[in-house]
Amino acid sequence: MVQSLNRLKESPSQTAGPYVHIGLTPNFSGISGVIARDLGDEMVNDKTLGERIGIRARVLDGTGTPLKDALVEIWQADSAGLYNSPTEIRGTADPNFTGWGRKATDMTTGECLFQSIKPGRVPYKPGVLMAPHVSFWIVARGINLGLNTRMYFADEEAANAEDPVLARIEHRVRVPTLIAERQGDAYVFDIHLQGEKETVFFDI
Amino acid sequence: MSAETKHPPEIGAFFQRDRSWHPRGLTPDYKTSVLRSPEKALLSLDNTISEITGPVFGHGILGALDNDLIHNFAKPGESAIGERIIVYGRVLDERGNGVPGALLEFWQANAGGRYRHKKEGYIAALDPNFGGCGRTITDEDGAYAFRTIRPGAYPWPNGVNDWRPAHIHFSVFGHGFAQRLITQMYFEGDPMIWQCPIVRTIPDKAAVEMLVAALDMQATIPMDARAYKFDIVLRGRRSSVFENRLEGN
Repeated sequence: MVQSLNRLKESPSQTAGPYVHIGLTPNFSGISGVIARDLGDEMVNDKTLGERIGIRARVLDGTGTPLKDALVEIWQADSAGLYNSPTEIRGTADPNFTGWGRKATDMTTGECLFQSIKPGRVPYKPGVLMAPHVSFWIVARGINLGLNTRMYFADEEAANAEDPVLARIEHRVRVPTLIAERQGDAYVFDIHLQGEKETVFFDI
Repeated sequence: MSAETKHPPEIGAFFQRDRSWHPRGLTPDYKTSVLRSPEKALLSLDNTISEITGPVFGHGILGALDNDLIHNFAKPGESAIGERIIVYGRVLDERGNGVPGALLEFWQANAGGRYRHKKEGYIAALDPNFGGCGRTITDEDGAYAFRTIRPGAYPWPNGVNDWRPAHIHFSVFGHGFAQRLITQMYFEGDPMIWQCPIVRTIPDKAAVEMLVAALDMQATIPMDARAYKFDIVLRGRRSSVFENRLEGN
């Protein structure tokens, strides 16, 4: 025998199920009067610094059908590249930007729209910057463990070309699955759960 | 109070997630997973600051009844129908430390097994005094508690006669986006647990048992509500002592 490391195991995940909206976006699901406003509904206010953008996201299954019961959360830096988090020790982020958003995909169209700002660049390790990106976390009925991916910006070609995370994708044909094109005021990001266009998901 | 809260925030990367302990993505007996599970290998990414950081919520967001599902949707003077219970426990990390300030959101069916949701078609009756959602934030020790009614089991369209055991859904935020977790709590002694295709997506019996809350008669309030203890474990952080620190930028 040796000494015990005294570690615990992480609680195993279970699917968010079809009724995730009741718990995480109750007002969206029609349950009013319990909490005033769905958490994560607004990331910006009129004082938020940076370029205003929309992020229009869909999650598609292996047949290409959009999920109408998914829940999407995003997490990103502010316009100066700082996170609004106690574990951000490089500086103080814009207090008028939460950095975190949560939306249910529309029950008819399968789309969700975040009103946000273009994030600044953050370091990968000392001296190496990542391209501007938004972290995504996707849960839904049929997804047993939340999926992590990132959205990059098509109009950041130079930064994307030197991004150390994108550089690690062995099959270069898959890099575009993480890059959102701009259409009007919004970047459009389709997340394919499987199939030829399967999005690169991360084990973070 | 845990010792850690007296120090600056921990900024180490999170321990690698043991994906053989969690359900796999593709679990054909849970049919919806078949078209919703990635087929390609995930790209391993040691945490960057984008994963180490995460939103943290203050107690100020909470309303007085957010942790009382018996009353938070009920008409004044009325209450939800069902077996009154208290669910309590701690949020810990893999190193065994309490996680203070963790936001827990929970949702569940009513005592008859019916959800208040427009896509729910089960014939069991809605309870006009039960909404089915609530939330709380852990204290300095990682402890939490809320009141609710014990949810009912219900049938669901998977196999022709599949039923979910009584359960409460939990969504948990720790201190980093990489800790984000959704899981479900089951009840000690429920024979339906071991028949459920969703429970059986978890490969290891010991892992399932982590999700079964224990009846605790010592925490039960006489003539009011029985208590169930449910601890939740989030990913732990590596010690940051020997890590390259990002503030060097």
